[in-house]
Amino acid sequence: MSDLIFARAQMGFSLAFHIIFAVAGIALPVMMVIAESLWLKTGDETYKTITKRWARGTAVLFAVGAVSGTVLSFELGLLWPEFMKWSGSIIGLPFALEGYAFFTEAIFLGIYLYGWDKVNKSMHLISGWIVAISGALSAVFVVTANAWMNSPTGFKLVGNLPTEIDPIKAMSSPAALPQVLHMLIAAYAAIGLLAAGVHAFMLLRDRQNEFHRRAFGICLALGCTMAVLEPISGDLIAQMVANTQPVKLAALEGQFDTMRGAPLRIGGLPDVEKAETPFSIEIPKLLSFLAHHDFNAEIKGLKEFPREDWPPVLWVHLNFQIMVFCGIIMGLVSMCAGAIYLKTRKLPDHPLFLKAVVAISPLGLLAIESGWMVTELGRQPWVITGILRTSHAVTPMPGLALPFAMFFLVYIILAVVVVVLLIREFSRSADLQVGTAAAPAGEVSDHA
Amino acid sequence: MPDAPLILAIIMMIALNLYAIMGGADYGGGVWDLLAVGKRAKEQRDLIAGAIGPIWEANHVWLILVVVILFSAFPVAFSVVSIALHIPLTLLLLGIIARGTAFTFRKYDSTKDFVQRRWGRIFAVASLITPVLLGIVVGAISEGSVTADVAGKSFDQVYIKPWCNGFCFAVGGFALVLFSFLAAVYSTVFAQTEELKTDFQRRALGAQGACACLALLVFLLSERSAPGLRESLAHSSWSILLQAATAVCAVSSSVALLKRKFHIARFFAAGQVSLILWGWGLAQYPYLIRPDTTINNAQGAASTQTLLIAAIASGAILLFPSFYFLLKVFRHQIDQPISK
Repeated sequence: MSDLIFARAQMGFSLAFHIIFAVAGIALPVMMVIAESLWLKTGDETYKTITKRWARGTAVLFAVGAVSGTVLSFELGLLWPEFMKWSGSIIGLPFALEGYAFFTEAIFLGIYLYGWDKVNKSMHLISGWIVAISGALSAVFVVTANAWMNSPTGFKLVGNLPTEIDPIKAMSSPAALPQVLHMLIAAYAAIGLLAAGVHAFMLLRDRQNEFHRRAFGICLALGCTMAVLEPISGDLIAQMVANTQPVKLAALEGQFDTMRGAPLRIGGLPDVEKAETPFSIEIPKLLSFLAHHDFNAEIKGLKEFPREDWPPVLWVHLNFQIMVFCGIIMGLVSMCAGAIYLKTRKLPDHPLFLKAVVAISPLGLLAIESGWMVTELGRQPWVITGILRTSHAVTPMPGLALPFAMFFLVYIILAVVVVVLLIREFSRSADLQVGTAAAPAGEVSDHA
Repeated sequence: MPDAPLILAIIMMIALNLYAIMGGADYGGGVWDLLAVGKRAKEQRDLIAGAIGPIWEANHVWLILVVVILFSAFPVAFSVVSIALHIPLTLLLLGIIARGTAFTFRKYDSTKDFVQRRWGRIFAVASLITPVLLGIVVGAISEGSVTADVAGKSFDQVYIKPWCNGFCFAVGGFALVLFSFLAAVYSTVFAQTEELKTDFQRRALGAQGACACLALLVFLLSERSAPGLRESLAHSSWSILLQAATAVCAVSSSVALLKRKFHIARFFAAGQVSLILWGWGLAQYPYLIRPDTTINNAQGAASTQTLLIAAIASGAILLFPSFYFLLKVFRHQIDQPISK
């Protein structure tokens, strides 16, 4: 294998690892402050216990996210020096702003975690909200930089180099808004339903446990709302991709021929040699409608573009199928939860429903990972669409298999440790007696 | 009115300065964790953990700020340093990961002794190695053999030689003892008992001695390895004044330590480390990376530089008060005995 493959593998692996902690850092603080608000409103101590639990989770995940994010900022240069030389001036601004959002999040998370008995209640709640908002802003800025790579704007090409650079315009590239919305909503849906799954699992053992009932309710409310909203942002993205990155659209649909009234394919294994996508179920004209809101709109096929500009069609298509499948299942379960709640006005706690929530709980993260695979693989062979090829951006440093192997090993170890720690947290919470639940040893004690 | 590249270079120096006196002390804390001995070893470790706890994530931001300014405002320099110093920077990253995660896991993992020791050991060893690597990188960019022009050169010439030499390792060692010195001095202030204060007073004075030796070693080695830097340090008019001020700080911090005036010692210790750093920065000017990358020939788009300065300035107005607030809230925490 070539150094280019190892560089891509290392970058991809680092991003795939970081994204899990990043989305947790976006969504968990929101759940945490909702629980705290409910505690302040109702005076019910169970909510305070929930708040502290989620705050502990946030602290661990945020710390791992902070280091894996620091690593990424270096890896951009270590692996892709030519890309950074080319585009540093253009997309540096959102990274700088992201730095501030991260700093704000770190500062107020410190105040939140260590300040239970140091600042007054409303200041504490406000700190929590600042953590939640700056977490979301971090995502906005980073995704904005990625969106620019997909649909570059804000400069003029002279020869092979950018001039008349306008960083603000670069931040408002066509892909920016749809990608940001899609990512943020996905983060809330994935983490909300993942946490709901954990609490549902506990409720299956002990249906009357107030701690888990209340926590489950909050997770469900957030996760289900967002899971139902996600397809709307998906629609925005579909149109944006159709307009700005027709090759990516063709690859993710396995569409080889240019045609009007193109069908939507469910499943299938695109075969680039034969230029067809067998084993798929085709829904006539739906792709044209989804991409352009017109059943007879023209969709450009892969054959329209030079062969060396095709992304890895099979992988893009499969990842896209996985993402959509996960999204649909999550949306259906969420609508089901909404219907039960509207009818009974009670927490949906039927064992069958709880089991369903447990079963779908990992799907959100799976959808996020496969969605990013679609975005990134779908842009290949370019690192900046149509401008700079990934193979021209990579470092001249030889022997990249070695750093790849080291980071791979370290991240696997970290992942195992984090999972073990979180499982221990969850199982500990199962033994809690409601109301008397104190923070475990080693954590900030409760003086309020 | 200085121009945009100079302002950004100064901001990078300020960020490095803050990273050194705050993040640096976190690294130094790890060193003293490793070297904790005697019957108060556990108390020493607890003191260090309590002092780092709430702010270590925040301190990473200074390093990120340097990286972000480098690639936004001086993209060429970022590319050069990323290529030639790939190996030490990769090792630095592994050190940062090991340190940060081990520290967090120690806090949230089981409180059983052997588990704590295992995380503590990783945290401490990584704290020892990471500052050395930081110093090596600083040494390499001062020295004058960093190049990204790989054509026709051997692997050794491009990726090994610029950093794998006596001078760079001496700078690495210098960074390590400076950070350890800072951590020991800060701990004399935070310590709750007189015995603990004395423990760290001794460590601080020992580290101060080591700082003096390594400063001398770096200076001697620079004659052959980093002549450009040495020339600038030895023969500029500003340099004499700055070195005199550094010496005053070093003597004052040592005397204050001996007299147990720990708050005063902390002030002069931070001043001493800052002045050493600025001395390096001034001697390095206008180079970002010797021998041929300067703040003028490595700069990116002017529009970006202006926006960056504006963003950093307005961000600072919002964030410095917040950071101060955190430190204040947290000062309360450590003024009370650590309860376990």
